[in-house]
Amino acid sequence: MKWVMLIILCVSGSAWAGEARPLTDDPVAEARLKHLAVELRCLVCQNQTLADSSAPLAEDLRREVREMIAKNMSDPEIIEFLVSRYGDFVLYRPPLKATTTLLWVGPFVLMAIGVTALVMTLRRRSRTVAEVSVTDEEHRRVEQLLAEGEKRS
Amino acid sequence: MNRFLLPLSIFVVVVGFLGIGLTLNPREIPSPLVGKAAPEFSQPQLYDQEKVFSPADLKGKVWLLNFWASWCSGCKTEHPVLMDLAQSGQVTIYGMDYKDQREEALTWLQRGGNPYSVVGVDEVGRVGINFGVYGVPETYVIDKQGVIRYKQIGPLYPDTVEKKILPLVKQLESE
Repeated sequence: MKWVMLIILCVSGSAWAGEARPLTDDPVAEARLKHLAVELRCLVCQNQTLADSSAPLAEDLRREVREMIAKNMSDPEIIEFLVSRYGDFVLYRPPLKATTTLLWVGPFVLMAIGVTALVMTLRRRSRTVAEVSVTDEEHRRVEQLLAEGEKRS
Repeated sequence: MNRFLLPLSIFVVVVGFLGIGLTLNPREIPSPLVGKAAPEFSQPQLYDQEKVFSPADLKGKVWLLNFWASWCSGCKTEHPVLMDLAQSGQVTIYGMDYKDQREEALTWLQRGGNPYSVVGVDEVGRVGINFGVYGVPETYVIDKQGVIRYKQIGPLYPDTVEKKILPLVKQLESE
């Protein structure tokens, strides 16, 4: 029974993969399309790539890209075609410019703040430990207290 | 007290950012086409398929281009707003029937009324791609020089028309 289930799972899995069905007969063009489509975001299902999405717009855009490949346009030209219409949003790796500075630099700034805070906390902690110096008088008193405690228990 | 001040201020800042994030609509992607010339097209008209609808004929006019379809639910919400706007006569609305069936589009306009001066047909969605349409309805305000000045993503509401579209149209008319 388990085996039957497993086989069904495997078979249905390959049926799902039909979403990204080959779009051209030419394997070279298809490889280029795939390579481009994983870098591009579908605007309808925003967390899917153009390669994964089965939204009608994604299908149309794949058709456009395929036609541009057939016209021998270069990758930057094809990307420019889409960016000029849909903005940097279609790119999973937006270019570094004034409006995207925060996006690119932000994580590093946050990490720097975190590291600084960590280093400062660690330093302060080691300093406070080092600063605890005990006089002879205090030392004697501690010993005395500990001895008393032992007697009591 | 002092040791709580830092975590508390970090918390307030994070809440502030998250609060701003909640008010943003992730579906509204700023269009790079605003401020640029509207893409050229010449599409068959919905009513008279022999005739062509092209923005080149509209130079010198301020007009709205509304992408719609009979299968689009947002268009249903928007339709009465477009009807009112068309009846007020303050701006001419042109329609683009986006990836639709002709019969269904005609029935739709017959039932709800036709707010459009001319309706073009974009059967395969290519005009839509050139305009950066990614979800109908979308509405573009185009000025006398044929430049896109505003893009509305999603349905137009009476509020948007009053506060954004009409003041902009008035300003563009006087330019």
